Amino acid sequence: MCVAAARRAGTPVVEGINLEIAPGKVLGIVGESGSGKTTFALSLLGYAKRGLRIAAGEVLLDNVDLLSLPAGRLREIRGLRVTYVPQDPASALNPSQRIRTQMREPLEVHRSQLDPDLDIDARLAEVCAAANLPTTDKILDAYPHQLSGGQQQRVAIAMAFACGPELIVLDEPTTGLDVTTQRHILETIRRLTSENDVAAVYVSHDLPVVAQIADDVAVMYAGRVIEVGPIKAVMTAPAHPYTRALLRAAPTPERTSALVGIDGSPPSPGQWPVGCAFAPRCPLAVSECRSELPDLKVRGGRTQRVRCIRSTVAVREEPRRAIVAPLAPDAPVAGGELAIEGLDAHYGAFHVLRDVSLQVARGECVGVVGESGSGKTTLARCVVGMHRTWTGRMLLDGKPLASRGREFEHRRKVQYIFQNPYTSLNPRHTVGESLAAPLRHFEDVDRAECAGRVRAMLERVALRADFVDRYPDQLSGGERQRVAIGRALIVEPEFVICDEVTSALDVSVQAVIIELLRQMQAERAISMLFITHNIAVMRSIAQRVVVLNEGRLVENGTVDQVMTKPRDPYTVRLLADVPKMSEAVNENG
Amino acid sequence: MVAASALRSRLARRRQGRPAGIVRNALRSPRGRAGALLIVLVAAIATIGPFVAPHSPTELITTPYAPPGTDGLVLGGDGLGRDAFSRVLCGGWALLLLALAATALGVVAGALAGMVAAYRQGWPDSVIMRTTDVFLSVPALVFGLLLVSIVGPYLWLVVFAVALTHAPQVARVIRAAAIEIAERDYVKAAELRGYSSWNVITREILPNLTTPLLVEAGLRLSYSIIIISGLSYLGFGQQPPAADWGQMINENRLGLGTNPWPVFVPCVLIALLAIGTNTFADAIARVSLGIDRGEATVLRATAASAIEPGVGDG
Repeated sequence: MCVAAARRAGTPVVEGINLEIAPGKVLGIVGESGSGKTTFALSLLGYAKRGLRIAAGEVLLDNVDLLSLPAGRLREIRGLRVTYVPQDPASALNPSQRIRTQMREPLEVHRSQLDPDLDIDARLAEVCAAANLPTTDKILDAYPHQLSGGQQQRVAIAMAFACGPELIVLDEPTTGLDVTTQRHILETIRRLTSENDVAAVYVSHDLPVVAQIADDVAVMYAGRVIEVGPIKAVMTAPAHPYTRALLRAAPTPERTSALVGIDGSPPSPGQWPVGCAFAPRCPLAVSECRSELPDLKVRGGRTQRVRCIRSTVAVREEPRRAIVAPLAPDAPVAGGELAIEGLDAHYGAFHVLRDVSLQVARGECVGVVGESGSGKTTLARCVVGMHRTWTGRMLLDGKPLASRGREFEHRRKVQYIFQNPYTSLNPRHTVGESLAAPLRHFEDVDRAECAGRVRAMLERVALRADFVDRYPDQLSGGERQRVAIGRALIVEPEFVICDEVTSALDVSVQAVIIELLRQMQAERAISMLFITHNIAVMRSIAQRVVVLNEGRLVENGTVDQVMTKPRDPYTVRLLADVPKMSEAVNENG
Repeated sequence: MVAASALRSRLARRRQGRPAGIVRNALRSPRGRAGALLIVLVAAIATIGPFVAPHSPTELITTPYAPPGTDGLVLGGDGLGRDAFSRVLCGGWALLLLALAATALGVVAGALAGMVAAYRQGWPDSVIMRTTDVFLSVPALVFGLLLVSIVGPYLWLVVFAVALTHAPQVARVIRAAAIEIAERDYVKAAELRGYSSWNVITREILPNLTTPLLVEAGLRLSYSIIIISGLSYLGFGQQPPAADWGQMINENRLGLGTNPWPVFVPCVLIALLAIGTNTFADAIARVSLGIDRGEATVLRATAASAIEPGVGDG
């Protein structure tokens, strides 16, 4: 249906894509950051971001090439026959207009093409009902900020379906939503597409999510589709080494083996190698891979098409390590036993944490799971001393942690790793300076010792020694997070708090970072509080898990206990809503 | 993730924000070159001038307002029959020095106030910003005049007065930039380590403000030149008989009909210096935004598309 190539100053960003979507079906586009999936999705509407242009190719909708249409005709089609649901509804909806005004707009604009006598309000009620939006005036007369994230996304989806399109492009519509909301949204999209016979393109970085919704899936890498086929075939018998690696790296709650990341990083536009773009990171690559770009075609009697000459080579499955990291029994534990008793925390008048009690043994990693607003980040901030208005008791090795004016030694012993490595490193400090700053502050080290320990720490977090003089903007996200981990661990802390440390990273990088953290924690017997909204990720690192719901601790047990026999109804629901790959494949396939 | 090696190394070469890199990049743009050329030209006249002047700037040589060529004088004589050319050569260094000093003082004070206000928030912020509002409500030149006419025409006072008119404006700009920086996680990380406010400001926040600081400094320098030469024209700069461009314009304007050169040349030099610094500041601002370099614009476009939104934030 489409061949698109977006180019800018001669550098292709997306190239040689050739896909078909049937009405009523959902095509998933999976890829990591920079793989060109959004660029491709937008080109389906004949749209290119600033600085890019669509250089060649065609998007055929019922045998009409959208890309060759004049701008005026294209505008008539956009929003009417081809619609778009952006990733972040909060910024896609105009904050200064009421929902009703915004929802009426596509219908008003395309009224003449639809039906001049169209009763817009009736149609509005219809699509709202279809998108599970209560059609009360309360919602329609609200401003976007008065709705929840899930409702905002439903509005965007209802708008996309309002004119009865033939193709709908969804760009990560559930990223940033809680798992329960995400599941409901996915169900709505799925139902609307099959009921209305709409072809849908669903772009996501999240394999398990795509597995829930898509009939077919196309995996993108460095601007090209490297594997495409029925979701079940791709998920159960991935043919391309990249797809296989991606599946090994994707955390899902049912997996019992450790996550395996992909080393290296994907090439950026303009730096694509001559042959297969994945060859430099591919364990199966042979010299031919590096010289020639393979075609996308069916190979070895499979049902999916794949862009790899080695796809038929049997992979030697590397032995998978058992998932739960055991406590290192005779590790050199200095301390790090944390006891929280009856912790209550407030933000102004808002009661964030209610009577939270929690023990972290020496060398133990406790996962803290909860949805946004559950108070998990506040808990972390209380422990580290960033959030000061709390009552209750927190004891580190029996000594109370002060809520304000924290002791110097406690500041060293308790370290914090931030969520976003793009803001946690000072862009004007080299990696070496970032690592040395806490060392110089907490310990009396001379220049030589400091340089030595920085070097040792770089090696420990698997970064080359020449990274010392680099600035953060020369590092990838994963490399930055390694530096941030190094900065926390260089002062030999006893207790480390990880606040969503992988949520800003791609899955393949996430797996590498989790594994690094797990090793460091086991090796040094550091106690750890691992905050995450992703139960699946938590499973790969923690020994024990607590679940927070609206500021209350509702579940506390070993990982296996909680995952297999959750006691609290909230945990049960949370576990049920997490996208699971196996279940999805069975349902759709 | 994010744009990989190539893009990164090109971005790295751009090294956006490191002072040396910014100035170097500004010098590469036509605008920056033109500005720098003007500055160097006028600065050379002002600094080398006193050593090569054919006569003493205060020596009475010829008749008042003698036209050029009289007694072999290039620009003729001024109102008292002194060599106008020598006075031009000797009359610039004071302006240059005073402007630099006033700019440095104003930018340092303003930047400090702005960073403290942004970082500490609360009452320090209110006190600092309301104070700047008061100063901002009085026009710069009027304020300088007021101060100098009350206390007297001291050079240090001119510097102080001009610096005082700059500081509030610098404070506003720097506060706006610093507020955003102060929210970043690396600042929180430094606080968690137990850094003092001073350390957080100087080590973590200040290095990230070099770009706005450079632009501000350039802009303030050109304003300093204008205000100081204006004060000097009004008689509040260097006192007679010393040579000074601003003052020369005032001294010799009566002879505009007979010999316009002692007025005309200082006028042009002051204007060129002001235009030069302003143009250069503009070039710096443009480089830091990536307007004047095709590559930067292209890079941002590539980065924008390569760095897809998504993945996380959730």
